[in-house]
Amino acid sequence: MTFTFVRRFALAAVLLAAVAALSLAVGARPLGPPEVWRGLTDPGTDAYTVVHQMRLPRTLLGLVVGAALGLAGALMQSLTRNPLGDPGLLGINVGAAAAVVTGISFLGVTSFAGYVWLAFAGAGVVAVLLYGIGGGRGATPARLALAGAAVNAALYAYVSAVELLDTASLDRMRFWTVGSLAAAQTSTVQKVTPFVLVGVVLALALARPLNALAMGDDTARALGARPALVRGAGIVAVTLLCGAATAACGPIVFLGLMVPHLVRAVVGPDLRLLLPYSALAAPVLMLVADVLGRVVARPSEVQVGVLTVVLGGPFFLYFVRRRKAAAL
Amino acid sequence: MNPIRTRADSPWGRGVGLRVGGLSWRVSPRALVVAVVFAVVAVVVSVVSIGGGDYPMSFGEVVRALAGRGDASTDFIVNQLRLPRAVTALAVGAALGLAGALFQSLSRNPLGSPDLLGFTQGSATGVLVATVLAGGSGLGLAVGAVTGGVLTGVLIVLLVGRNGAHGQRLVLVGVGVAAILTGVNGYLLTKAQITDAARAVLWLTGSLDGRDWKQATPVLVMLAIAVAVTASCGRALRTIELGDEGARALGVPVDRVRGALLAVAVLLASLAAAAAGPVSFVALTAPQLARRLTRSSGPNALPAACLGAALLAAADLAGQRLVPGHQLPVGVVTGLLGGGYLIWLLTTERKAGRL
Amino acid sequence: MTAPASRLTASGLTLAYDRRVITRDLDVAVPDRSFTVVVGPNACGKSTLLRALARVLRPVAGTVMLDGERISSWPARKLARTLGLLPQSSVAPEGITVSDLVARGRYPHQGILRQWTREDARVVAESMRATGVEELASRGVDELSGGQRQRVWIAMALAQQTSLLLLDEPTTFLDIAHQIEVLDLCARLHAEGRTVVAVLHDLNQAARYATHLIAMRDGRIVAEGPPAEVVTAERVAEVFGLRCRVIDDPETGTPLVVPAAPSIPAASDVVKVT
Repeated sequence: MTFTFVRRFALAAVLLAAVAALSLAVGARPLGPPEVWRGLTDPGTDAYTVVHQMRLPRTLLGLVVGAALGLAGALMQSLTRNPLGDPGLLGINVGAAAAVVTGISFLGVTSFAGYVWLAFAGAGVVAVLLYGIGGGRGATPARLALAGAAVNAALYAYVSAVELLDTASLDRMRFWTVGSLAAAQTSTVQKVTPFVLVGVVLALALARPLNALAMGDDTARALGARPALVRGAGIVAVTLLCGAATAACGPIVFLGLMVPHLVRAVVGPDLRLLLPYSALAAPVLMLVADVLGRVVARPSEVQVGVLTVVLGGPFFLYFVRRRKAAAL
Repeated sequence: MNPIRTRADSPWGRGVGLRVGGLSWRVSPRALVVAVVFAVVAVVVSVVSIGGGDYPMSFGEVVRALAGRGDASTDFIVNQLRLPRAVTALAVGAALGLAGALFQSLSRNPLGSPDLLGFTQGSATGVLVATVLAGGSGLGLAVGAVTGGVLTGVLIVLLVGRNGAHGQRLVLVGVGVAAILTGVNGYLLTKAQITDAARAVLWLTGSLDGRDWKQATPVLVMLAIAVAVTASCGRALRTIELGDEGARALGVPVDRVRGALLAVAVLLASLAAAAAGPVSFVALTAPQLARRLTRSSGPNALPAACLGAALLAAADLAGQRLVPGHQLPVGVVTGLLGGGYLIWLLTTERKAGRL
Repeated sequence: MTAPASRLTASGLTLAYDRRVITRDLDVAVPDRSFTVVVGPNACGKSTLLRALARVLRPVAGTVMLDGERISSWPARKLARTLGLLPQSSVAPEGITVSDLVARGRYPHQGILRQWTREDARVVAESMRATGVEELASRGVDELSGGQRQRVWIAMALAQQTSLLLLDEPTTFLDIAHQIEVLDLCARLHAEGRTVVAVLHDLNQAARYATHLIAMRDGRIVAEGPPAEVVTAERVAEVFGLRCRVIDDPETGTPLVVPAAPSIPAASDVVKVT
């Protein structure tokens, strides 16, 4: 038991390191392994500039945002007891995006710190709204997914209306609303990491009570857990994670859906394992998608948000088709 | 456990037998009244809308011009310049209302509408592809919208599969496809020139500006076909709402009826999108309002179509008059109205335990 | 009749969902070391009462007392180590194994720094043995039969190690052999010294297994006491609206309800099948 745990954890960590190294090496100017090493350590070289100016912040941001989104997805699926709970699909990320767009266009917000707080506000409002819909008795996955789609549609309509009235902002926002790591800067990573860290700690602390909650509210209460308190804390964690991730690189869909399902297939439904592994596995996928995006359409790039959708969407459809109607 | 909902039927809301010779129908007087009232509202709003603008006219003048008895200049302005836009609004509204009623009935879900199930996003993808590839002429946009919408419909039907074509899976596959296409659309938008992007965003919001008969005619033709198909399938559809197995037991060819109605609904939604862009929320709200007003649970196709027409005409009028000096695209107005309505729907339906 | 000692009592209970009142001003006491069974027609408030006794439902008025203290003032963990509830609405997380599910019953005994002690492992193994599911330990809960699954859930509640155990319709959706299997298990748990309270549908099973029977109708307690005193033909007519005869169960001697023969409706009342 402990042996498999150590082995799996080591495997995940090695995989993560490998993908991170790949993310440092691949790009408009490919670097070989020795060059990457020199780029990391030797300030005199060109490689150093490339790595430190562009690829390192981008890779770090991918790690942080990926972990945040994977964890948020696992949390959301467990909070709503719903296999389709994905913060992107349910509109939480777009909620954050809508708040940021409002800030850019109407309030003249230009600083990243401003984005972050707006994103928290937007994500929080949508999370509470969805919790109201999805936490109730008799809420089926299909209903929650639809409610999320409705929220998504309404907010997209709003975002495009704002873009329409403000062409100057459109140029900036149309790249941001797709979800991209390309503009990553060290300062972004520094500002977003503390929020994600708090979210991660909170999420991991909730693993045990969420395990109790997974068996139904009555059972959870009978076991001495407090469902309302746990859900409240869970929503705070989701808000922190999604808000920070969205502020840093725009709304990204399907990563939070896909990763927990893949992880669950390996480690089972115990959240004490599922949450940390999701936080490890999601950045792997995120960086793979980002690296792919740099390669597939050379010389231009495909945004990571587009690739997670293209990779994750079919997964979602496969998942829906595979499950029996009764189970959904 | 399934709570059984019963509705206290007033004689007013119940079906009434209507017999002519050997033929007989059941009609609900209440549904008929709702349909007629909103058809009248739609026409009146259109007349008011035609009367407004840079060259204002009184209600009477517009009516006279429409009847062909106005003077030459009002006749030109009314019948050549403003009538096509008003008719497009009515046709698109009715098409969206009807398509929404069919989608909601087929998916057995109050939120099942073409905007949420990916069809609208598919039309948008078609338009964006046309914009990126061809720079986006008027005809290109329309062809792109119809092609995209229909292809998306085919894709969704294929993904749902023959034997799994029941409500829940349709909804989930639709939501998934919508999410994928939203991502693709965002990508296409970043690939377009900024001027083309701005035009595409305008189209994506939904607008009736500068529409003429070329846009209105296909929608009107499709609307006529759709009404005929819906009328002939209405009874079967009502049975399918009770569940596939029950409907089969009653002798309804479930798959054929569903296929036909789905095709009609997809075509309606795509042609409406080709004419006016993906005007959001009309297809979602019109059938819901119709159901509440008629107090009958069926698809309410006719009242929904009339309500849709009235809603879109009113939204267009509001968009023209609300902000002085600015013309808001009709999609922004319906988006804002629809967003508010949606939140209300989600909360009340949840309180009633239906969501 | 002298009232037996009761750790778990309720007085003046008014229970409601939203504004729909289910029971009004209800007094009830669960005798210690009894196997108490609550019976009554559908929607009479039996499950609601059980939920209130386990503090899952907060009463609108009245109090539930446990060991002389208001149950509402008990800390959540401590309560969960004293009183266990197996609700109807339990959900097995997808893909969970039997032993993992049973282990989740240890929640109130664990903390952030005490995640899995030797004691936990021992109790989980013991609970699985007591319910006869130890051979299933590594199987997925999804693949079990209804009767096996119910025993797994009971094992989870046992792992809580409570002296009071409340079960909400533990036999629903089970076939007759599995119903008896689960009830035999409950009787054994009772014989080992626990106080067991169960809501049951089947009056005959209730009469056979209960040491104390509570009959409810329309949110009121109509009768309570030993089954032999409670189950009479008049009572059954009053509570369930069923004409019947009550005879002695040939196996156990407990009361056995035999519904009266139906009066066949006249042919003219039946919808003709052509």
